Amino acid sequence: MNKDNLPPEIVLEAGTSLWKDAWYRLIRNRAAMVSGFFVIFLMLVAILAPWIAPYEFDAIHYEDIGVAPSLNYLFGADVLGRDLFTRCLHGLRISLAVGLVATSVSFIIGVTWGAVAGFIGGKVDSVMMRIVDVLYALPYMFFVIILMTIFGRNILLLFVALGAVQWLTMARIVRGQVMSLKHKEFVEAAYSIGARKRLIIFRHLIPNALGPIIVYTTLTIPHVILQEAFLSFLGLGVQAPMASLGSLASDGAQAMELYPWLIIFPGTILVLLLFAMNYLGDGLRDALDPRMKQ
Amino acid sequence: MIPILLHRIWQSVLVLFCIVTFCFFMMRMAPGGPFDQERALPPEIKKNIEAKYHLDEPLVKQYFRYVTDVFFRFDLGPSYKYPSRSVNEFIADGFPITVQLGFFSLLIAIVIGVGTGLVAALKQNTRWDYISMAIAMVGVSIPSFVLAPLLQLLISLKFGWLPVAGWDSFAHMILPSIALGTAYAASMARLTRGGMLEIVRQDFVRTARAKGLPEKIIIIRHMIKGGLLPVMTYLGPAAAFLMSGSLVIEKIFDIPGLGRHLINSALNRDYTMTLGMVIFFSVLVLIFNTAVDICYAFLDPRIKHE
Repeated sequence: MNKDNLPPEIVLEAGTSLWKDAWYRLIRNRAAMVSGFFVIFLMLVAILAPWIAPYEFDAIHYEDIGVAPSLNYLFGADVLGRDLFTRCLHGLRISLAVGLVATSVSFIIGVTWGAVAGFIGGKVDSVMMRIVDVLYALPYMFFVIILMTIFGRNILLLFVALGAVQWLTMARIVRGQVMSLKHKEFVEAAYSIGARKRLIIFRHLIPNALGPIIVYTTLTIPHVILQEAFLSFLGLGVQAPMASLGSLASDGAQAMELYPWLIIFPGTILVLLLFAMNYLGDGLRDALDPRMKQ
Repeated sequence: MIPILLHRIWQSVLVLFCIVTFCFFMMRMAPGGPFDQERALPPEIKKNIEAKYHLDEPLVKQYFRYVTDVFFRFDLGPSYKYPSRSVNEFIADGFPITVQLGFFSLLIAIVIGVGTGLVAALKQNTRWDYISMAIAMVGVSIPSFVLAPLLQLLISLKFGWLPVAGWDSFAHMILPSIALGTAYAASMARLTRGGMLEIVRQDFVRTARAKGLPEKIIIIRHMIKGGLLPVMTYLGPAAAFLMSGSLVIEKIFDIPGLGRHLINSALNRDYTMTLGMVIFFSVLVLIFNTAVDICYAFLDPRIKHE
């Protein structure tokens, strides 16, 4: 639109964009910022794990079985004499990888499903959403357990299976967004001043739908990490000698009477990770969707 | 009301049918049969066993046999691992215990969760609000399988106040129920707070205030009913999560409930057992969801008219 064509009494003010507003709100939220930095820190640690770790993750030191935390073994050593610090670093790596991969899977399925249902509408929409309703009623954890029972405990399958059962809420959110945005006044206003469809989609629909999607994605990551830890705790997740935070906690719980640090360290890391991610997700929600802030 | 109920039941049966079908064929797709052992069985014995369990019949026939058994005779078949006992017997043994655990956990979750959420919402933006919401966030983030061993370590092993494991008396039930219920209490606190704050801004609450009703009456008569709807919706999924959560808790506290059988069967590849347990759990979840939906329709008149 050309500024010179407007009547002189209308002055265009430079508004702040949706994202700028959200960013300012996020920066002001101290808890969310601290959580954000902490998550980034943990991610860096996880990426750099092989270089930070003082030992190999499956290196066994027979002479140091169950050694208490010391300078040699920051978090102590486990019942096989493996350095717990090293194993926690690698466990963190696996847990974060599960979180990211499974969330991506759920993101792709959920966004596609919801967007298609919302855009097409009508019969297609109601059939697609009925399927979501039906699947919603299932105790899906059991299906992951069945999958792991049948196909063996393959870590890639675990990633995909966890993601494939998490997409329902995402589909509902995206559909709702698309449906309501399609008929919003600002979209009509954009049409009425002659904006092209492409501009409307990219300028108005996507940015407005993106907020809740980002928020939900952020909250899915800790959820998936928790689910993986849950399965690993039951012995249905990652297989020894590999470790995730969940399997470390599981091993630790079995030996905690003699070596309490084996449950305390992986447990604490897991809780801190989930805590920070949940806080970050909440902060993002408050920042991106001020209507939901109470 | 009755048509809604019938519709819901019909839908649940349909869902259950899909579950049974899906699980059955998944199990049959599994590489390796349930009787493949490290030392191969002599072919005659294997053949006999397969004949006994009808595994030598065509797949479709097996499927129909299983479906009719499940739906019309409520028979989930024999356990492959423990041939002398049927899956039904295992369920009859474990189910009462799992129900007790689930009931107490849900009770803890509702009482503590809703209570905390109400305090936080009614004292919004005060110290009470911030503290209880921070605690709720910790509760949401602590997995039950981390909380449970820590409780055992501290309360049972260090102080000796409560038994470490087992399921004999009321004292045995306290720690498992707390460990399982905490996460749901935290979620419910957050939902209650959100729901109540949503209601505070409604017109009918302003009307109630305007006509001079005392705050207590406004809260009890007008706000709680609507404010707790999100908690109500959450009860369905929460029950499903609670069921799967009880798997871990039963393992940690060595509780002889259903969860232990499910996990063991999954690890032993005892297919009929896993299948039967999953179907049974699904039925429970479906029943619970239907009940919640019906209660919801009673509480929220807007739904009844749809």
